[in-house]
Amino acid sequence: MLYFAWLRQRVGVAEETVDLPDDVTTVGTMLAWLRGRSDAHATALADLSVVRVAVNQDYARDGDPVANHDEVALFPPVTGG
Amino acid sequence: MIRVQREDFDIGAELEALTAGNHRIGGIATFVGTVRDIADGRPISTMTLEHYPGMTEKQLGAIEQEALQRWDLESCLIIHRYGRLEPGERIVMVATTSAHRAAALESCAFLIDWLKTKAPFWKLEETDGGAQWVDARATDEDAAARWSDPSKS
Repeated sequence: MLYFAWLRQRVGVAEETVDLPDDVTTVGTMLAWLRGRSDAHATALADLSVVRVAVNQDYARDGDPVANHDEVALFPPVTGG
Repeated sequence: MIRVQREDFDIGAELEALTAGNHRIGGIATFVGTVRDIADGRPISTMTLEHYPGMTEKQLGAIEQEALQRWDLESCLIIHRYGRLEPGERIVMVATTSAHRAAALESCAFLIDWLKTKAPFWKLEETDGGAQWVDARATDEDAAARWSDPSKS
């Protein structure tokens, strides 16, 4: 898992390796599961309307699959340019 | 061509390189984004651009490929900086070249609109009131969305 911008600050780490339980197979279930990891995760992920997800460096939606060994990144809406 | 880099760039030298030896080019469109010294009425001392190495290059490359498919371009350049920048410094450069102006102008607007909503960069502005992450703007989403409508391209 990679975290960027204020999500990195709120979670407290830039990167962590997690072992997904068997019943976590999609982006949506992963986000719900991540919230339970710590108070910091719960705070960072309180409002999912401002959380974007990338799986293996492509944007992903709630129903998209996710599995162990994927590179998953969570970040706020982007503000480049 | 895509470049994601910490260092500044020379607009003139980049345009020279983009057009050198290609006399099919009749028009060059360029957009250069710079750091403003004020945000929401408050002065900014510095701005730090964070990005997602790897995904940034992948997304910018995909956006470039889409522009090359949608418009008849001779060449295309996107440079985006990251790291700590001061007001007045250049952040981003988009340049497109084509035989005629319409393709160059339209594709340049398309590229900057899309990279503002898709390229994984985040701006942290430092003001005298502390550091603050810049919020995404709905107007940027609207600007990018107009390119999804086939009737507009």
